[in-house]
Amino acid sequence: MTSDDTPDGATIDGWSCPAPLRDQPNIVMGHGGGGKLSAELIQHLFLPAFNNEHLEDLGDAAVVELPAGRIAMSTDSFVIRPRVFPGGDIGELAINGTVNDVAMTGATPLYVSVAMILEEGMPIDELAAITQSMAKAADQAGVQLVTGDTKVVDRGHGDGVYVNTTGLGIIRDGIDIRPQNVGPGDVILVNGTIGDHGMAIMSVREGLEFETTIESDTAALNHLVAALLDAAIDVRALRDPTRGGLAATLNEFAEAAQVGVVVEELRLPVKREVASACEMLGMDPFYVANEGKVVVVVPAEQADKALEVMQAHELGTDATRIGEIVANHPGVVVAKTAIGATRVVDTQVGEQLPRIC
Amino acid sequence: MKYLDEYRDPELARKLFDEIDRITTRPWVMMEVCGGQTHSIIRNGIDKLLTDKIELVHGPGCPVCVTPLDTIDKALAIAARDDVVFCSFGDMLRVPGSTQDLFQVKGEGGDVRVVYSPLDAVNIAKDNPDKQVVFFGIGFETTAPANAMSVYQAKQLGLTNFSMLVSHVLVPPAIRAVLNSPVNRVQAFLAAGHVCSVMGFSEYVPIVEEYEVPIVVTGFEPLDILEGIRRTVAQLEAGEAKAENAYTRAVNFEGNKPAQKLIADVFETTDRNWRGIGLIPESGWELSGRYADYDAAKRFEVADIDTQEPEICRSGEVLQGLIKPNECEAFGKECTPRKPLGATMVSAEGACAAYYTYGRFIEIEGVSA
Repeated sequence: MTSDDTPDGATIDGWSCPAPLRDQPNIVMGHGGGGKLSAELIQHLFLPAFNNEHLEDLGDAAVVELPAGRIAMSTDSFVIRPRVFPGGDIGELAINGTVNDVAMTGATPLYVSVAMILEEGMPIDELAAITQSMAKAADQAGVQLVTGDTKVVDRGHGDGVYVNTTGLGIIRDGIDIRPQNVGPGDVILVNGTIGDHGMAIMSVREGLEFETTIESDTAALNHLVAALLDAAIDVRALRDPTRGGLAATLNEFAEAAQVGVVVEELRLPVKREVASACEMLGMDPFYVANEGKVVVVVPAEQADKALEVMQAHELGTDATRIGEIVANHPGVVVAKTAIGATRVVDTQVGEQLPRIC
Repeated sequence: MKYLDEYRDPELARKLFDEIDRITTRPWVMMEVCGGQTHSIIRNGIDKLLTDKIELVHGPGCPVCVTPLDTIDKALAIAARDDVVFCSFGDMLRVPGSTQDLFQVKGEGGDVRVVYSPLDAVNIAKDNPDKQVVFFGIGFETTAPANAMSVYQAKQLGLTNFSMLVSHVLVPPAIRAVLNSPVNRVQAFLAAGHVCSVMGFSEYVPIVEEYEVPIVVTGFEPLDILEGIRRTVAQLEAGEAKAENAYTRAVNFEGNKPAQKLIADVFETTDRNWRGIGLIPESGWELSGRYADYDAAKRFEVADIDTQEPEICRSGEVLQGLIKPNECEAFGKECTPRKPLGATMVSAEGACAAYYTYGRFIEIEGVSA
């Protein structure tokens, strides 16, 4: 199965909106009314994209088989503006985001539900494109979209489309991955550059142009996580540093396990263009959101092997070691600054505000 | 990153620390004027690695912090109007007015937008002819050229729905105010590099002559700041008082002439109230008579402004370098970035926020330096 194929093999690349939806270029209230228009949207737009045996009977609930093991479940809502951004769109983000949340427990994500709240007037072509990239993202992550819902709100009451996804996965026996498990001596790794997603969104949202377009890093991390577990790495904790950035994730570890965290600022991987954009706007990459990054905590003696596994994966070529867990200063994250001093890295209040000058 | 990494080099920083240590024979007190420098000093831990003989006092150079409370309250009143799109730099949104901040006004339905350039606000005015677009024009000399340009352009375009709430402040009068204070301890200044890139540093010559204090134009990266400190100590130790430029890659003696010409056209000097400090004569810019029609404070009659500062906030003393942020009783307790009592706890350039953000309230066991 290639990445361009749906799970049953139908090609969706270059897929366009089929009749009779072509006569209806925009979403109208009736598309959420449960009548003929709703049915058309499902039959002609969602089903062809998400096609799988669980969706076929269109029951009120999906009925799925689960392998043995504990169940991991996560839900997330996506309200991003703009809906399409360099490196991805809201559809891809909605799948990857939930897949990643499930994967951070060490679970294998299997099924995802999708609920969309559409704004009256949303172009159906764009909805089709978003749906298509969802299907593609699900395919790449190896999950099935098994149930969904659509509602339409009056024009002016939404931002085109809001997406909620819920994911379900199974945790293999013997796996216990959570922030509480990190301990002094453990090593902190990250699979690549930080701050890409947040600065990609900000640069398009604010019309800032840089020499190179900054692309979002949105990606499903479950295969990378699986590679670590398959290599018998004793992973202590995993977190995808989304909102609040790396700083929030490291503080979570410090608080959950009541340990200290020490990171070396010079070791943080940051793309040149992201660093420039952050400098310009007075932002700190430490606090900028990521959508395809995972912070991995492993015992020191397994750090090299874990890095090897990560670097061998396409989402981990820039994987690197950024710091360690210590017994000192429990609950506090400390950064060693470029010039050799130390400072505390706190979680931030609210969102970062671009500075004046 | 070019032009940045080379100014953060740990080896060179070490050498500068050693050199400063070597030439310093007795205690000196110097003030970094600009909040951006304060931020860099605290973030990088420069003050912790510096010889104990040198005390860095954090100056009043945070435009968000010194914008007077009644101006913030006026902004809040204007932003709450149905016919107004209120545009501001991001870090003004969380600055507390007497009862609210701009975020709260936005939450209650006010059309408050963060812009990165005042020219964006002009474009919003062009695109929304049925709305009054107001830009919150604050800042030191650094932001003045762009702010002036937006008013100039609005006039060229004949836009009648654009105006600016102006509260510009100036560095040289602030330096004089610090020096004139009977409790002043500051013996030298690191002048703000970005301000000087606009204004040059010729205007500091009369100050160094009158007060016999060294003033060294200083940049913002760790090595820039260390080099500024080194040159300042060298002058102090030699008993000299000169206006000197340690930020030559961005600053020359005369400054940016076209920018100064535009500023002189759009703004004129006025007395200005500095939040936490008080009235400093001829320390601000307001719109000149030629552009008086673009003054939001006049366009929107904002009356009944009754300002109230929290009594326990000591941001005024922080801004004057009389106390360090963590010496204020409210620091980190009643006053945090989540619930700031004073503007110095809000802005990335505010000294209290820098101390809080980089953990200068936590005694960290096992961490040296």
